[in-house]
Amino acid sequence: MVTPTRKKDRIDALAASSGESDAGVSLAASAWRTLRRSPVFLTGATIITLFVLISLLSPWLAPQDTAEPMLIDQVVKARNEIPPPQPGHLLGGDLQGRDFFSRLLVGSQQTLIVGVLATLIGLAGGLTLGTLAGALGGWVDTVVMRLVDVMLSLPSLLLAFSISAMFARPNQYTVIVAVAVVQIPVFARLLRGSMLAQRSSDHVLAATALGVKPGAIVFRHMLPNSLGPVIVQSTLVLATAIIDAAALSFLGLGNPDDRVPEWGQMLGDVQNVFDTHPQLAFWPAGCIIVVALGFTLMGETLREALDPKSRR
Amino acid sequence: MALLEVRDLTVVFERKGEQPFTAVDHVSFDVEPGQTVGLVGESGCGKSVTSLAVMGLLPRRGARIGGTVNYEGVNLLALSDREMRDRRGRDLGMVFQDPLSSLNPVIPIGVQVTEVLERHRDMPRKKAMVEAEDLLDKVGIPDPRRRLSEYPHQLSGGMRQRALIAIALACRPRLLIADEPTTALDVTIQAQILALLKELVQDMGTALVMITHDLGVVAGLCDEVNVLYGGRVVEKAQRHELFAQPRHPYTHGLLNSIPRLDAPRGEKLSPIRGSVADNIPWEQGCAFAPRCPNALDVCVQRTPEQEDVGGGRLLRCHNPVQPVVTEEVSV
Repeated sequence: MVTPTRKKDRIDALAASSGESDAGVSLAASAWRTLRRSPVFLTGATIITLFVLISLLSPWLAPQDTAEPMLIDQVVKARNEIPPPQPGHLLGGDLQGRDFFSRLLVGSQQTLIVGVLATLIGLAGGLTLGTLAGALGGWVDTVVMRLVDVMLSLPSLLLAFSISAMFARPNQYTVIVAVAVVQIPVFARLLRGSMLAQRSSDHVLAATALGVKPGAIVFRHMLPNSLGPVIVQSTLVLATAIIDAAALSFLGLGNPDDRVPEWGQMLGDVQNVFDTHPQLAFWPAGCIIVVALGFTLMGETLREALDPKSRR
Repeated sequence: MALLEVRDLTVVFERKGEQPFTAVDHVSFDVEPGQTVGLVGESGCGKSVTSLAVMGLLPRRGARIGGTVNYEGVNLLALSDREMRDRRGRDLGMVFQDPLSSLNPVIPIGVQVTEVLERHRDMPRKKAMVEAEDLLDKVGIPDPRRRLSEYPHQLSGGMRQRALIAIALACRPRLLIADEPTTALDVTIQAQILALLKELVQDMGTALVMITHDLGVVAGLCDEVNVLYGGRVVEKAQRHELFAQPRHPYTHGLLNSIPRLDAPRGEKLSPIRGSVADNIPWEQGCAFAPRCPNALDVCVQRTPEQEDVGGGRLLRCHNPVQPVVTEEVSV
């Protein structure tokens, strides 16, 4: 990160680094002051904004129909030749003669859907398990945490493959489930840690001293104060989820209907012609990398801004 | 019958593979309705543990609690978790030391006040909000309506402690325990908070247990004072008697170690030597003996018993400071 040079920035940085007493909303406000001036965060945020806009507007942005093999004549005539870029087809066609540029644009939809849904499901599962473990403690905590340990001991991609392979007919929904399940232990462990810290905090003791019921203590006093790290983590998990989902589709564990474009699947389709036509792999792979990078940049800067200890 | 009767309260912390630690050892005291009772002592003497035990806030596991804590004749220690929960905040209120960390940082002040009203007085949210505004007004928070929607970090330290007091008194408990309520505040705010507590306690007829290490707080507020050392009460007296004639060498030392404006410049402070020992050696002799200027041979051989020395004063000492020679004894 760039060293702040303006005096105001230095004071802000100082205020944020002594942030322990600087609780709640003011911490978020000071984090936002830092983020607003961070080029790294702004880069990530720009990438993600563009990506979300493109995927939402892609049905109107895409110049051609993504399912129509309109260039199939060229493929057949030239004996499995890939249609080159030409007027109306910015990046040419794919192996089935469909417009490559349009498929790239519309493919962002699947990536966004899978990434967001998988992260949300993983978050929901992780929050449930983490809350149970952190709030109840005792044997519940032990059982949940051992389960989480087992899942974390496997490489996440391998675990996602295994889950996908368990379904008889893999499709886009099984991809979401597989990727989501893999994220659950990450969230559960994180939340449980901050819940435990909350359990011994002064304000929870004060609430207990007022006779507040255990359910209200957990959901009104402990959980809302434990969510910060989890929210930050979910931006990082979005990047992982997108990469994992692309990997599953690449290996044919995604949507079998290839009329709906998906970046990982587009990558998988062209692996046989990669040495003659590397551009067909370059574009979808580049998209995956840039989007994952965008989420990572955003998540990392967010984490640093909210955690005074990770500042330099 | 006293409002609160604490008899032989004993708290032992036990951990596997470690020596059990007796934090509170047969502590007894009474609190009459409307009375203010002080628990005084330095860090580690067991005053906060006593208050947590009375409130039933010590962990079930790891802490063994003995004795009785009778509130209006009901032994609080024998109540179930659910019964105790219904009493906390309604019959017994508590104000903690650090007002910022004792408030939930992500919830507006108003919700934190109404939470306890909804919980114990079954008030609907709207009515509770009106009541909360009255409460904040009563504890001297200006513009209470605006403050209701503000977060703890937006309030000043004194204001936060006022809000905490408002929350603790929301259901008009008959007993309020204040655990060093002014320690985290600066001196001018301290005085305001103490004046507020005094006023509220008088207006509402609430009994107050004041836990503090600050004898200035005791002098301004308490009717009766219990001086704790190493988990035991070493001296109990009415406020005026205690300040006029401290009998226990520890009390005497505490009073002597307060800096005085009328002392000649350059005169050294006279602190009590040493610090509280980790484990409390009351079994053989007096725990204060190693630090005591009056220590005799008997002090390390036989544990002093609590004696009634007349005038409502209890003393646990073999060789107390003699009333007539108060001025000459130096520490």
